[in-house]
Amino acid sequence: MIATSHYVILSLVLFALGIVGLTVRRNFITVLMCVELILNAANINFIAYSRQLGDLTGQVFAVFVITIAAAEAAIGLGIIVALVRLKHNVNLDQVNVMEG
Amino acid sequence: MLAWFLANFSAMVFYCLAAVAVAGAVGVIAFRSPVHAALSLLGSFLAVAGVFVLLHAEFLAAVQILVYAGGVMVLFLFVIMLVNVRTLTGEGQYVRRLVPAAVVLGIVLAVLIGVGVVAGGQGAVADPAALTAVAGVPLGNTEAVGWSLYRDYLLPFEVVSLVLLVAMIGAIVLGRKDLGAKEGA
Repeated sequence: MIATSHYVILSLVLFALGIVGLTVRRNFITVLMCVELILNAANINFIAYSRQLGDLTGQVFAVFVITIAAAEAAIGLGIIVALVRLKHNVNLDQVNVMEG
Repeated sequence: MLAWFLANFSAMVFYCLAAVAVAGAVGVIAFRSPVHAALSLLGSFLAVAGVFVLLHAEFLAAVQILVYAGGVMVLFLFVIMLVNVRTLTGEGQYVRRLVPAAVVLGIVLAVLIGVGVVAGGQGAVADPAALTAVAGVPLGNTEAVGWSLYRDYLLPFEVVSLVLLVAMIGAIVLGRKDLGAKEGA
């Protein structure tokens, strides 16, 4: 039996790596992948505590998180396709039309 | 020897899966090519699905493989091929001036979540039979999750289906061909 803290530490490492990628990468597609990584880390936490407490609610909310992640990926990739049509670029440093 | 192996088998599986998941996550940040990053992320997702099995969440492990590995990653790879990023990548891959900020952010998060682990990880792990029981009857993890989802969380379930509909419409609108023309006018 592995203690819950092991799972939480794994989730923490994945979350921190996702945050680092989100901060330092310039490629929009890679940034979206890092968001997926963060949501996955949240899921590990939900399910680890679902086991710890013997309560299925954590697993149900992990289903919701997976759904939101899928919706986010669809919208994000739609934005990427529109961005490539508009500016022929996915570099976040050169996409600053929203800054006004 | 054999007894020790059997007693620690799940721990060894966990550490192997955790190592693969973390290595995949590092690969996402480190690989220059988006295709390599996507395949690295795929490995990380599969390892996390294995971790879900260890946590008695068999249904979510299947959903993880079907939705993430089968759906989201294929979508990512399609878009990477479609926009042909290899010809688009600029000179720099990383935002160098943000690296110290990212490290500080990581340390602060590690301390915060470490406190959470110490505070929240107390007490014994509950009986895993509770994760497969429907109204006290032991059936299976899928039945138990479905029972909880449709009985206790029906309203959030419907709201999430609305979110998916909005996301679908949004993706269709964003993918229209005349979006750029309207912007230029």
